[in-house]
Amino acid sequence: MSVIGVVAEQAPEARVSATPETVKKILALGYEVLIEKGAGSNAAFPDSAYQAAGAKIVTTAAAWKSHIILKVEPPTPQEVKRLQKGTVLVSLLSPAFRPELLEALSKQGVTALALDAVPRISRAQSMDVLSSMANIAGYRAVVEAAHEFGRFFTGQVTAAGKVPPAKVLVAGAGVAGLAAIGTASSLGAIVRSTDPRPEVADQVKSIGGEYLPVEIGESMTSSDGYAKATSDAYNQRAAEIYSEQAAEVDIIITTALIPGRPAPRLITAKDVSQMKPGSVIVDMAAAQGGNVDGSVAGKKVVTKNGVTILGYTDLPSRLPSQSSQLYGTNLFNLLKLLTPKSDGNLKIDFEDVVQRSVTVVRSGEITWPPPPIQVSAAPVAAAPAAAPIEKKRMTSRTKNILIGLGFALAFLLISAAPPLLQQHFLLLTLSIVIGFYVIGKVHHALHTPLMSVTNAISGIVVVAAILQITDTNALIQVLATFGVLLASINIFGGFAVTRRMLKMFTKGDPR
Amino acid sequence: MNEIAIANSAYIVAAILFIMSLAGLSKHESSKTGIVFGISGMTVAIAATIWLSFFGNWSEASALSLGLLAIALVLGAAIGLWRARVVAMTGMPELIALFHSFVGLTAVLVGWNGALHSSSIAADLVGIHRAEVFVGVFIGAVTFTGSIVAYLKLSAKISSKPLMLPGKNLLNLSALVAFLGVTVWYVITPELWLLITVTVLALALGWHLVASIGGGDMPVVVSMLNSYSGWAAAATGFLLGNNLLIVTGALVGSSGAYLSYIMCRAMNRSFISVIAGGFGIAAPSSSEDEAGEHSEIDAASTAELLSNATSVVITPGYGMAVAQAQYPVAELAKRLTAKGVNVRFGIHPVAGRLPGHMNVLLAEAKVPYDIVLEMDEINDDLAKTSVVLVIGANDTVNPAATDNPGSPIAGMPVLKVWEAENVIVFKRSMASGYAGVANPLFYKDNTKMLFGDAKEKVEEILRTL
Repeated sequence: MSVIGVVAEQAPEARVSATPETVKKILALGYEVLIEKGAGSNAAFPDSAYQAAGAKIVTTAAAWKSHIILKVEPPTPQEVKRLQKGTVLVSLLSPAFRPELLEALSKQGVTALALDAVPRISRAQSMDVLSSMANIAGYRAVVEAAHEFGRFFTGQVTAAGKVPPAKVLVAGAGVAGLAAIGTASSLGAIVRSTDPRPEVADQVKSIGGEYLPVEIGESMTSSDGYAKATSDAYNQRAAEIYSEQAAEVDIIITTALIPGRPAPRLITAKDVSQMKPGSVIVDMAAAQGGNVDGSVAGKKVVTKNGVTILGYTDLPSRLPSQSSQLYGTNLFNLLKLLTPKSDGNLKIDFEDVVQRSVTVVRSGEITWPPPPIQVSAAPVAAAPAAAPIEKKRMTSRTKNILIGLGFALAFLLISAAPPLLQQHFLLLTLSIVIGFYVIGKVHHALHTPLMSVTNAISGIVVVAAILQITDTNALIQVLATFGVLLASINIFGGFAVTRRMLKMFTKGDPR
Repeated sequence: MNEIAIANSAYIVAAILFIMSLAGLSKHESSKTGIVFGISGMTVAIAATIWLSFFGNWSEASALSLGLLAIALVLGAAIGLWRARVVAMTGMPELIALFHSFVGLTAVLVGWNGALHSSSIAADLVGIHRAEVFVGVFIGAVTFTGSIVAYLKLSAKISSKPLMLPGKNLLNLSALVAFLGVTVWYVITPELWLLITVTVLALALGWHLVASIGGGDMPVVVSMLNSYSGWAAAATGFLLGNNLLIVTGALVGSSGAYLSYIMCRAMNRSFISVIAGGFGIAAPSSSEDEAGEHSEIDAASTAELLSNATSVVITPGYGMAVAQAQYPVAELAKRLTAKGVNVRFGIHPVAGRLPGHMNVLLAEAKVPYDIVLEMDEINDDLAKTSVVLVIGANDTVNPAATDNPGSPIAGMPVLKVWEAENVIVFKRSMASGYAGVANPLFYKDNTKMLFGDAKEKVEEILRTL
């Protein structure tokens, strides 16, 4: 059984890697859990709550001696030194941007799992910290903007005059962007959004935003769930849209990030200068260089023309309880995957793509980057698999020929038949057509009553049996009697059961 | 005016009444009047026939016949009314299948009678008469055994797994060819053993046709048998030269065929392969590797989720019928509606074992029919729904039908429940549905599984609420 240590984060980080709720779940996996004193206090999780959940509260040194260390932020150099050989560290590590951190960890001889390296496949969504943090950050970005913005978001007509609704532009409709759109639109603002992936248009619409397409006849389908870099023609048209929008909207929230590259510059200094005084820009990509000219990571900047640019990089940390809860749950889901037997023994299976991807250092050996995996369903790849199963359908031409042949055959047969039979065929044909039209209008919900009624009606064979019952042949009489008996069960039973059913169909009271 | 003219005009009235009866069933509002039309039509038809057979040409022997007729009618009525009263709404499919078999058997008896009594027929019609006997007996017998097998499968008296005989399509086809051959033979030399042969042949064919169809396809089978029973009635009409039988039989036959066509479309299957039987052979599921992790939820959390929801859609399936959960489900809908939650039901066309089966069950539990919507009506709203409760449905909510072109059920229209914010699946275990296809819905992130008996779980939710 391994011991898991939840260590406190360095200020100003307010999140914590486990909440009392997730501690309970981790204990159920068979681990022992140690919590550094005061680790959750900034996220409103007091030590007593952890104790009540079944964890032990220990000193900083004791917590760092655990077999498995859970953290939120990447460890500082001092913290790395505290790690003992063989320890497993689970944390955000930004492996793509921090090779020196991986070096340090590998020197320390530890195993490091980067929660921010979870691949974007549906199976791993329950561990996707980036998504859950982005969701929170998107929400918080709107709240920060609202805090700086000197007006309402929602439009109102009051006795003191009319208030127009605020206009918000969200650049990038990823997880953070969608969260921002949803939050801003539920506050009552008019929300517009841009994104190079046209397939997000429906998602934007579904949460109350308006999608601004960049129409240049080039689209991009993402095969790994992330946005990619765009072409020059596209960028030019997009820049025009941003300039137009900047002059019109009150709030801009930018979320554009391309993995492994500096953030694209979307809003130029000129765009900013055209915004109305009092407008607010939240640059959520400030940490990666910023989408906005003039944004400073971690700082609030006010331009000469009175536009506030927020470059906060700690948006999730500003909602510590919520972030800790989601982070903790993501982390627990990873632990669950790594503890298949729930026996408190951590096992890393390199055959599993999720486990392979998150493991950036294994027992002192750097295993980043993982082999590439194609994740979300790229439509092209699925097509060949479909081909062999495709059903052989009759072509419309052979179908028409067959129908024609059928008609010709029927024509020949009937024209050769005696007149009485011809009459019967006429009746049959017309009745079939009538039946078809009458039934075509039947409401789906009434199909069962319809069947029981047609069933009762097909009891009309009783007529045939009655006609035969008067026969002088005793055998025929007996058979006919039996026929009448069976058919009348049908008639009476069918009608009765239909009536019973129809009585149950009632209309609701109009409210 | 002789009795034949009277009977014929009565038959026209009856035929019109039957058409009006079917037309009346197209809407809830007019459906009850529709039944009245149907009953009146049947009364007129029977009265006219009795008049035609007895009071036109009364003889000494007629008294005995009339007595037999009265006894048979009264006994039949008693049995029919009794069955109709006691049947549980979940047992509806079995009852209807059983009723179909009666029509089939009657048609066989009438056909035999027609063969035994072939004296007074004009010389040029004798051949045709013999062929008509065979057609009537054949269709009747296929309907009879087919319905019996369907009844046995639906009431779980035999396994509902499809029977897989080697070369089954060849068997069916050779049965048809043999039927044609025997008919021609009989037309030339009417021997009794040929009649017996064709009866046995048709009985075996009917058995085999339905036995080779899996339980999940029962809605199609039942409506197909409905159609067959109509054709059987029409065939006896040809045999006896009775117009009413032809008209009514054709009405029922085409309505049943149209219903099966609707069902087939709902399952994306070809109509021909259904009529020919044995289409239950879905390719062994190729998507076993779909497995992933599913997350569970308990009744208390479900209750909490439901009370915080703005709109809830319930999609029931056969499992709801099996668990008899319609009453607690209706109660749940009522309670949530009272709380201001917008509750609706989404019904897939082939949910259950009978077309419209779910609607009847919900109606029995007093769910107002205006919140019970069809798949096409609700599908676009599902994305805006907070919680979808999937109760005992599986294949009808399987995203593989739209997402995975390699899936055996690819292309089948399904309820897109996975687009909703939360999906709660009530299920006994992780087993796959009737089509034997793994359901990726269970592994979606917004899906939570609630394992256990649907009725108990819904009642548990009700208690928490």
